Amino acid sequence: MTPGDGRTGSAVGRPLRRIDARGKVTGETLFADDLSLPGMLHLKLVRASLPHARILGVETAAARGMEGVRAILTGADFLVPFGILPVSQDEHALCVGKVRFVGDPVAAVVADDELSAEEAAALVEVRYEPLATIASPEEALSTPEPRIHDYGDGGNVHKAVALDFGDVPAALAGADRVFEDLFFYQGNTHLAMEQHATLAYVDPDGLLTIASSTQTPHYLHRAAARVLGLPPARIRVLAPPQGGGFGGKTDPFNHEIVAARAALLTGRPVKIALTREEVFLCHRGRHPVLMRMRTGIDRSGRILGHSVETLLDGGAYGSYGVASTFYTGALETVTYRMDRYRFRGCRTFTNKPPCGPKRGHGTPQPRFGLEVQIDKICEQIGRDPAEWRIENATQPDTLTANWLEIRTTGLVRCLEAVVAASGWRERRGKLGRGRGLGIASSAYMCGAGLPIYFNDMPHSGVQLLLDRGGGVTAFCGSTEVGQGSDNVLALLVAEVLGLLPSDVKVVTGDTSLAPVDLGSYSSRVTLMMGNAAVDAASRARERLAAAAATRLEIPAERVGFGGGKLFDVSDPSRSIVFAQAVQLAEAAGGTVGTTGSYRPPTPKARFKGGGVGPSPAYSYSAAVVEVAVDEATGVVRVVKVWIAHDIGRALNPVAVRGQVEGSVYMGLGEVLMEEQAFCRLPPRLSSALVHRGPSMLDYKSPTSLDMPAVETILVENPEPNGPFGAKEVGQGPLLPIPPAVANAVHDAVGVRVDESPVTPEKVLAALRDPSRRFGPTTFPEVPWPEPVRVAPPWEGKP
Amino acid sequence: MSPAGPVPEHGPRARSRISLIVNTQPRELLVDPWKTLLELLREDLGLTGTKHGCELGECGACAVLLDGDLALSCLVPAVECDGRHVTTVEGLRDGPELHPLQAAFADHGATQCGYCTPGMLVAARWVLDRNPSATREEIAEALSGQLCRCTGYLQIYEAVESAARVLRGEPPSPPRLPAADRSVPDDAR
Repeated sequence: MTPGDGRTGSAVGRPLRRIDARGKVTGETLFADDLSLPGMLHLKLVRASLPHARILGVETAAARGMEGVRAILTGADFLVPFGILPVSQDEHALCVGKVRFVGDPVAAVVADDELSAEEAAALVEVRYEPLATIASPEEALSTPEPRIHDYGDGGNVHKAVALDFGDVPAALAGADRVFEDLFFYQGNTHLAMEQHATLAYVDPDGLLTIASSTQTPHYLHRAAARVLGLPPARIRVLAPPQGGGFGGKTDPFNHEIVAARAALLTGRPVKIALTREEVFLCHRGRHPVLMRMRTGIDRSGRILGHSVETLLDGGAYGSYGVASTFYTGALETVTYRMDRYRFRGCRTFTNKPPCGPKRGHGTPQPRFGLEVQIDKICEQIGRDPAEWRIENATQPDTLTANWLEIRTTGLVRCLEAVVAASGWRERRGKLGRGRGLGIASSAYMCGAGLPIYFNDMPHSGVQLLLDRGGGVTAFCGSTEVGQGSDNVLALLVAEVLGLLPSDVKVVTGDTSLAPVDLGSYSSRVTLMMGNAAVDAASRARERLAAAAATRLEIPAERVGFGGGKLFDVSDPSRSIVFAQAVQLAEAAGGTVGTTGSYRPPTPKARFKGGGVGPSPAYSYSAAVVEVAVDEATGVVRVVKVWIAHDIGRALNPVAVRGQVEGSVYMGLGEVLMEEQAFCRLPPRLSSALVHRGPSMLDYKSPTSLDMPAVETILVENPEPNGPFGAKEVGQGPLLPIPPAVANAVHDAVGVRVDESPVTPEKVLAALRDPSRRFGPTTFPEVPWPEPVRVAPPWEGKP
Repeated sequence: MSPAGPVPEHGPRARSRISLIVNTQPRELLVDPWKTLLELLREDLGLTGTKHGCELGECGACAVLLDGDLALSCLVPAVECDGRHVTTVEGLRDGPELHPLQAAFADHGATQCGYCTPGMLVAARWVLDRNPSATREEIAEALSGQLCRCTGYLQIYEAVESAARVLRGEPPSPPRLPAADRSVPDDAR
C-alpha cells in the first residue's frame, strides 16, 4: 500500500472487500435468530382471526394448564400505547379492547420450548364481537363508523394534508395544455430474507437487554422504556446485523416489547422468531396509493403548475403513515422545474396489516405517476422524453417550489449517460413491434432533515478509541442491515487516519456501548454517520499529528498519514508507525478517544408540513429500460436496464454497484409482479379480510431467472455536505425503474398500464380496450382540509 | 435448546437416535420426531450458518448438500437423515482459509446482508461440483431456487464465475466496477 501524499487516505473509492464480508460467507455472522442463551424460553403470539372486532374475553386457563407453559400475557399487561411517530401512539404490544386486522397480536404464550408455546397458543380462546370491516380507502371514506381508531382527521381518515405553493388553478387556467391522469401503485412488502427475531434477557448486572432485528434500535429503546415503564438507562437494545431490512424493521414491533416483558416476568431469556407468515402480517411496507395528477405546460413544454392528489391505504395502524403521506408529495418538485405546486394527501385506516416505509418511502408511487405522465405529455406535444427531461431538469444551488434546497445535482449527466449507453437516440422506435425503450429519472434524500421526535441533539454520533497497539475502534449506534453501513464507518475512519478499513474495528447497533445514531432509514447513514465519523477521526488525526510532529521535529501541518504510518510529507522516509503515534499522543495528553457528531442544516422550509422532504443533499438517478412484450400473452420481459446514479462520490464502487443493482432488482419486482394484496374468505369461513398469500410462493418476487442485464454508471459529482463528497445509493436507484418499465411497455406495444404491477392480465386488457389503457378511472371525494398556503421562493417568503 | 424432562420412549414426542456425518464429522444424537434437518443443524448441533427464511421450501436459505445433492433442509425430517452425509456452509472450508467461492463472494460484492449467502454458496458449490465450467445461464438456472433480496444476482454470478476459474487453476477475475462519469473535478474534502 502506497502512502500517497499523506493528505488523503487510500480507502475511499477502492473496490475493497467489505469488513463484514468474511463472517457472512463463512456463516459466522450471528443474526438475531442465531442467538440463544442457557435456560431460554420461547414466545409465541396469538393473533387475531378477525379483521375488526371487539375483544369480549381472552380465555387462557387451558393454555396455562399445559406442561411447560411459563407465562401468558394479554393486553391487560400492556396498557401503555406506543408507535414510531409521536403523533401516532396507537399500538399496544398486545391488543387492548379490539383487534384491527387479521394477525393483530392478542395474547402471548411463553413456554420451555417452541412447540409447547405453539401448542399452548392454539388453546388460547379469544371471544370477539365482530365489527364492520373497512377494506379499502374508498370504504374508509364512505364508512366513517365504526372508526378503526378514535383519533385522526375524522371518521376513518388518519391524516389529510393540503399544501399550496402558489396558485396552481390559476397556473393551469393560463397553461397552453393541461394534462390529467389517474394512477394506482399497488402495495408491496419488503420480503427481507431474514424473518424478524428477538431475544430478550436480563443480563447479570440487571440490565434488560433486547437483541432484535431492528433498523432503529434507538427508537425501539424509547418505545420499550415507555411501555415497560423503565428508565431508558435500565434497558440496552442490541441490533445484530440484519438479513435485510428495506424499511421493514424500522418500527418498534409488538413481539419485541412482549419478549422484553416476558423476560422481566420470568427472569429467563425469552426468544421469538417470527414465521414468514407473521412477517407478512407485520408488514409496514409500501402503501397502495391512488393518484390524480394535473399538469399545465406552456408552449415550450415548461411546467407552469403541477397538482398531485394521493389517497393512501394505510392499514390498521399509524406507523410512519403521517410521514408517508407527506412523502407522496414532498419530492415531486426535486427533478423538474415547476413554477407552482399543489399537494393533497390523505391516508385512511383500513383493517389490514399496517403500511409504512419501504425503500423509497412514499415516493416511488408519485414518481411512477409523474414519470409516466411526463412520457404522455411528451408523446402529445411531440417531444423526445429524454430531451424534455434534460431541458427541464432542476439546477444546482436552487430552491424548489416547496422550498427544498437542491445543492449538487447530477441529473442531467445521469440522463445523458443512459441515453448514450442505451443508444436511445438511434434505437428508440426502431426496435420493431413488441420491443420498446422507456426512460425515467428520479431523486431521493440523503437523510431526513428532521428527527422523528423533536430535539436539538445530533442525528448521529461516533466515538473513537485508539489503543496502544495501534488498534482503532469506532463506536456508533448505526445498524448494519446489509447495506454496508459498518463498512462505511470503518472506511471513513480509515481514510482520515491513513489506514485500511480492515484496520478499524466497529461496534454498532448497541444503545449501551455506542452513541446514538437514529437508525438505518431515509438513506441517512452514509451522510450523517459518515460526517460524524469524519469529525471524530479528524480530531484523532489532530492529536496524532501533534504528537508525531514533536517526535519528527516538524510542524504538525507537515505530518502525513498513510500506509499505517505518520510521516514528513516533505521527506516520507522520516516516519513513525501508527501505533507509536498513538503511544506518543497518549503519553502527551492521556487516553486517545475522540467523539464526532452530525446534525443536518436547518431546513429552509418553515411551514407546517415542511419538515418532510428537506435533506442535506439529494441523489439523482436516471434509467432506460428495454422490454419485449408478447402481445399474445401480455408477458413483459425486461431485456436490459441502463441506470446512472449521481452518487456524489463512490466510497466503495463494488458496494455502490450492489446497491444500485439491488434497487433495480427491487424496482423490477414491484413493477412486474409483487403485490401485498388481500381478499375476503368465503362466508362459511367468516368472510374475514385476509392476506391473499402470506408466503414466498404466493408472493411472487423475481428469481435469478427474471433478472435482466444491468449496465450501471456512476456519476461522480462530489457533494459538499457529504463525507468525501458521498451521497446516498440505497434507495434512490429503485425510483426510476417502475415508470421506465411502464413507459417502455408503451413504446413496445402502444398501451398505457397506469398502475403497478404491470401484469400480463393488465397488458392484455389494455391491448383489448379501445382506450389502449388500463388503470384507475375515478378518484373519490376526499374532505381535504383548508390548505397551508406558501408562496414559492420566487413569489415571496415562506 | 434442551427441553426439560426425560425422553419419553413412546408417544408423539418419543425421540429417535440417529447417526449421520455432518461436514465430515460423525455425529450421533437423539432427535425430536417433529424436527427438520434445519432445526437439527441449528438447534441440536449449533450450526447456525444455515438459515431459515420461510420453513416451506420457497426461499433456499436453508440449502445444504445431502449426500452430495442440493436439498432444502427445512423440508427434510431429521429422523430421515440417519446414515447420511450433510454439508453446510460451515463445511465449505477446511481451516482458516476461505473456500474459493467464499473468497469470491466476499470480493465481488455477492454478499450484502448475508442471509441468503450460506444457501447460495452451497448451491453454487453444488453446481460447480457437477460442472466446473458452468455458463452464466447454467449458473442462473442452478441458483433459481435461492432467493436474494439484496444484490439483484449479477454480482453473485460474477463471484461464482470467478471462483470457477480459481477451482480450475486459473487466476480469479477482479470485481467488475461500474462505469464512472467523473467529468466534474474531484475537489470535495
